[in-house]
Amino acid sequence: MTLKDGKTGMTLKIVQIEESPLKQRLMSMGLIPGTKVTVLRSAPLGDPIAIGIRSYNLALRREDAERITVETVG
Amino acid sequence: MATLAVALTGNPNTGKSTIFNELTGARQKIGNWPGVTVDKKVGYTRYMDRAISIVDLPGTYSVNARSPEEKIVIDYLLNTKLDLVVDVVDSSNIERNLFLTVQLLEQDIPLLIDLNMQDDAARRGVEIDTAKLEEAFGMPVVETVGRSSKSTKKLLDVFTSTVMENYEPSQLVKDHIAKVHAIRASEKTDAQKDEEIIEARYALIDKVVAKAVTFRNVGATRSEKMDRFLANGILALPIFLLILYAVFQITFTWIGQPIADALEDLINDDFLNLAKDGLEAAGVADWMVSLVTDGIIAGVGAVLTFVPLIFVLFFCLSFLDGTGYMARIAFIMDPIMRRCGLTGKGIMPLMMGFGCGVPSIMGARALDSEKDRMISILVTPFLTCGAKLPIMALFAAMFFPHNAANVVFAMYIIGMAMAIIVAKVLGSTLFKAKGSTFLLELPPYRMPDMKSVLLETWDKGKGYLVKAGTIIFVASVLLWVMSNYNFSGPCEIEDSILASIGSWMSKLFVFQGFATWEAGAAVLSGIMAKETVVATIGVLYGAGDVSTEAEDAADTASTMLQTGMASAFTSLSAFSFMVFSQLYTPCVTALGTIKKEAGGWKWVAFSAVYMFVIAWFVSLVVYQVGRALGF
Repeated sequence: MTLKDGKTGMTLKIVQIEESPLKQRLMSMGLIPGTKVTVLRSAPLGDPIAIGIRSYNLALRREDAERITVETVG
Repeated sequence: MATLAVALTGNPNTGKSTIFNELTGARQKIGNWPGVTVDKKVGYTRYMDRAISIVDLPGTYSVNARSPEEKIVIDYLLNTKLDLVVDVVDSSNIERNLFLTVQLLEQDIPLLIDLNMQDDAARRGVEIDTAKLEEAFGMPVVETVGRSSKSTKKLLDVFTSTVMENYEPSQLVKDHIAKVHAIRASEKTDAQKDEEIIEARYALIDKVVAKAVTFRNVGATRSEKMDRFLANGILALPIFLLILYAVFQITFTWIGQPIADALEDLINDDFLNLAKDGLEAAGVADWMVSLVTDGIIAGVGAVLTFVPLIFVLFFCLSFLDGTGYMARIAFIMDPIMRRCGLTGKGIMPLMMGFGCGVPSIMGARALDSEKDRMISILVTPFLTCGAKLPIMALFAAMFFPHNAANVVFAMYIIGMAMAIIVAKVLGSTLFKAKGSTFLLELPPYRMPDMKSVLLETWDKGKGYLVKAGTIIFVASVLLWVMSNYNFSGPCEIEDSILASIGSWMSKLFVFQGFATWEAGAAVLSGIMAKETVVATIGVLYGAGDVSTEAEDAADTASTMLQTGMASAFTSLSAFSFMVFSQLYTPCVTALGTIKKEAGGWKWVAFSAVYMFVIAWFVSLVVYQVGRALGF
């Protein structure tokens, strides 16, 4: 599954990030394979989504979240 | 002893600028880094007989030299002789903050790590063992809580007593650097190397955090709870509109406007009469009295009365930014902004555009991609800025007395609609190839530091004072000379240079229904500053000094109705003139800002011409269609 499919409240583990110009920025912001993220909420109109990662909150668009492969934890 | 040279670096939202403001107070200078439009903030202070200079570097998440800010930070740190580099870290968010720390240590830059926001960290259950952190990095660590005199004193103590030569990177850091060198030397693509290095940095951070930090589960934080309302669910949008409404009420009704009115009375009555009496008593020539009073004081005064509105608006926006709510606005508005060809982060600069295009164009810096930035810069001037409002208010009151508010509102809509259309078109033509992204930290809600809010307000607003003193001053003198003289000497206004240029200009507007020399001259003066359009019309139709304030429009309109203006326009041609004024070429101050921000005269020429052409066509269509429909 990808991060885009994550439902609010789910904790997920990043498996891989698809190649894109955004990849290095996402990684610099702490989205490294193996890192756990929590899906916090989506904006009132469904997009973007907010995730909790490495004790801070980050907003990203669903189309970018789709490039991040994740697996459920636990 | 020599001045102690200190540089502050760190991520955005770490309270770095608050620390800078607390340390230096008002003793700071804001300039520009050479070649770019990023603010360079330098401040000074004294402590224990030691002079200290402090540079506040732009907040960045990394130093990959991808953005101008990142390039500035790393170039400055590598090429300047500094006694101390302070890395300000948000303790509640230490993992991601340490990414920059590690990157700087890789570059052999010794750091004093300032664990700021200790109070936030405690609330969020983050406990950091400073001794262990010092040991892990081999660098000195100090704890602060941001806005407190105790923290400020502590920092100054540490600044003056720390000798960076006594510290050297730990074995852990040295091993990491060796690893980075090994990756760099390996046979892989640059992208692969960069990614591996990023992973290595976080691997190091994970090790350090495991040693020095403990996380207690404290449940949902205060920010989480607030976000359930402010950034979630259907309530978030009306709450945003309510806050937006409050900002405009504060600016245009409750606080800003009353101050502006008082200032206007002061300038236009007391000061003007004082100057007039003084000059006449001193026996100054009549033309000189007229130049000073009708020209300079009236012209510059019109802009000065506008300054309180701008300051109040910027205060509100800086305050909201300081609370962290601005990031939420970007978050909830992104889907809407995106459908308009813009980005959620662009909402703040655009909102400023209703006050004035200049800070709005500068505010576009904050946007991630060049595409978003350029589009935002190029469409912002379509919005109804505070200087266009009086034009709309006057014409609406004169020619649409029963529907004035609706007509003015229609102009706001036309401006916004045109901004959206052009953003869409630019996005799919000129800037098609470039991508747009949205990656935004949602910082915890905080009570903003008032000193920082005030300093930021002053920093953004002082541009108007400069504008009043320079461009408007020159424009007022020029306008006065052009309307009182022709090439053979003093003359009546109908024979003046302004009338000649105006009648030449007016030939352009035959199909728009306002081909009078007065309208032509008003359009021309509006390129110098939109504030002067109403003033020019007032002078040209012989009404003398008219108020340029939007809320006096009804009075001004009744004065103006007695003049030739009433017969010079029909309702339709007045509407067409309003549409043209709403959309045409930005004022020279805005154009100057576009040159700086978009980088080059080419964009200035582009803005000036394409907006004029669009305004020309739209007002033509409005007039011709209106006539065909029998208005």
